[in-house]
Amino acid sequence: MTATVATVDCLGLACPIPVVRLAKAVASVEVGGMVELLADDPGAKVDIPVWCRLKDQQLVAQHDRPEGGWIFQVRRTH
Amino acid sequence: MRAVAETYLDAASTTPLHPLARAALVEALDEFGDPARLYGRARRARLLLDRSRERLAVAVGAAPDELIFTSGGTEAANLAVTGLARAARRRRHLVVPAVEHTSVLAPARALTAQGFEVTEVGVDHAGRVDPAELAAAVRDDTLLVCLQHANHEVGTVQPVREAADLAHEHGALLLVDACQTVARLPVDMAELGADLLVASGHKTYGPPGTGFLVATRRARLRPVLVGDERERRRRAGMENLPGIAAMAAAVPARVAEAPAERDRLAGLAARLLAGLAAIPEVIVHGDPDPPGRLPHLVAFSVLYIEGEALLLLLDAKGIAVHSGSSCTADTQEPSHVLAAMGAITHGSVRVSFLRDATEADVDRLLEVLPPAVADLREMAELDTQAIERAAEGP
Repeated sequence: MTATVATVDCLGLACPIPVVRLAKAVASVEVGGMVELLADDPGAKVDIPVWCRLKDQQLVAQHDRPEGGWIFQVRRTH
Repeated sequence: MRAVAETYLDAASTTPLHPLARAALVEALDEFGDPARLYGRARRARLLLDRSRERLAVAVGAAPDELIFTSGGTEAANLAVTGLARAARRRRHLVVPAVEHTSVLAPARALTAQGFEVTEVGVDHAGRVDPAELAAAVRDDTLLVCLQHANHEVGTVQPVREAADLAHEHGALLLVDACQTVARLPVDMAELGADLLVASGHKTYGPPGTGFLVATRRARLRPVLVGDERERRRRAGMENLPGIAAMAAAVPARVAEAPAERDRLAGLAARLLAGLAAIPEVIVHGDPDPPGRLPHLVAFSVLYIEGEALLLLLDAKGIAVHSGSSCTADTQEPSHVLAAMGAITHGSVRVSFLRDATEADVDRLLEVLPPAVADLREMAELDTQAIERAAEGP
């Protein structure tokens, strides 16, 4: 299965922008599609997983970036 | 010059003086005298200090000699945590929930540099400490378990009695931060099972610069402020007598008045919650069940907007509310309380009602809030329709 992948770069952007852009990106891919989000705002680290839980979207993975910040991989589930 | 807020909805931050507190303050301002001296003026000051101590002790179910006056809740919490650790012998472990006020968390964390071990326990999505998790954290070498009576950001009432029993089973002490509940909910040392209790004057319709710590005989303290013998050698420095007299007028008055106001304030909270339900993508924080929360406080997050921006828009309309954690508002860090709860931290708003708040206050907020939210979301160029479609589910 080839999932649509959208990459959203929110490095240097403060909350709520990462959450806003994630929400938009998830809405823009097909169901089953993947969104990869880069962010380094401390608020994003808390809010991205919470948003996924509240919106019933799947947080597939969350990695630390060696350069700082995090990579979030979110799959659109519905 | 900034306009004075017309609709003040931040009682959990600070409160105006109660009329009886104001009268006591003004009267005591002229009664100068050092209660530690021996002449007539000093004895009158001592009498006022003692009388104030007795009134406050009665208000929280303490003995007068257990009550130590401080400059506020922050100093009382610091004295409790640090003072207890300084007097400790074998016990070198503290248990602190992640949602405690920073005036408890910070001195506890600072003790780790002095060989103390601190276990931070988590909370559920309502912000409540799980007694089972607390039970797993308390050990036989635990010196102190900390647990706020109710959370300052989301209003969740904590299982203090259970925490007391758990602490005491292991010979540990319980510190209760009651800054949000004194003179709002029933606060009684014995009922709570507290060994130490922190209270703030300015959150209970008394003046700023006042507060107290109750430390029972079980809680041996070394002072943090040293230099004289005042407060039974537990806190040096001239007592803020006018402030103390005012706090001692405010707290008993509020203890007497609060029960009759509780249902009305809870009604205002319910009215606000009903109004918030009509705004898309608003998530209410804390315990939805009224007995599990402070009656006068409602906390929520407005998704996809910046809390500070919303505050400024509301302020421009004369409405004062608070966002996130006041103690970290100057940093980029999200609220430690909301983060520990696993709640959305952006767009956070805390509304807390004064004793004389009215339905008109709530309605004013509900009139101004929806267009302010809509404006901010439009500025974020947000296609809420698309998000709602994605969130609707299969």
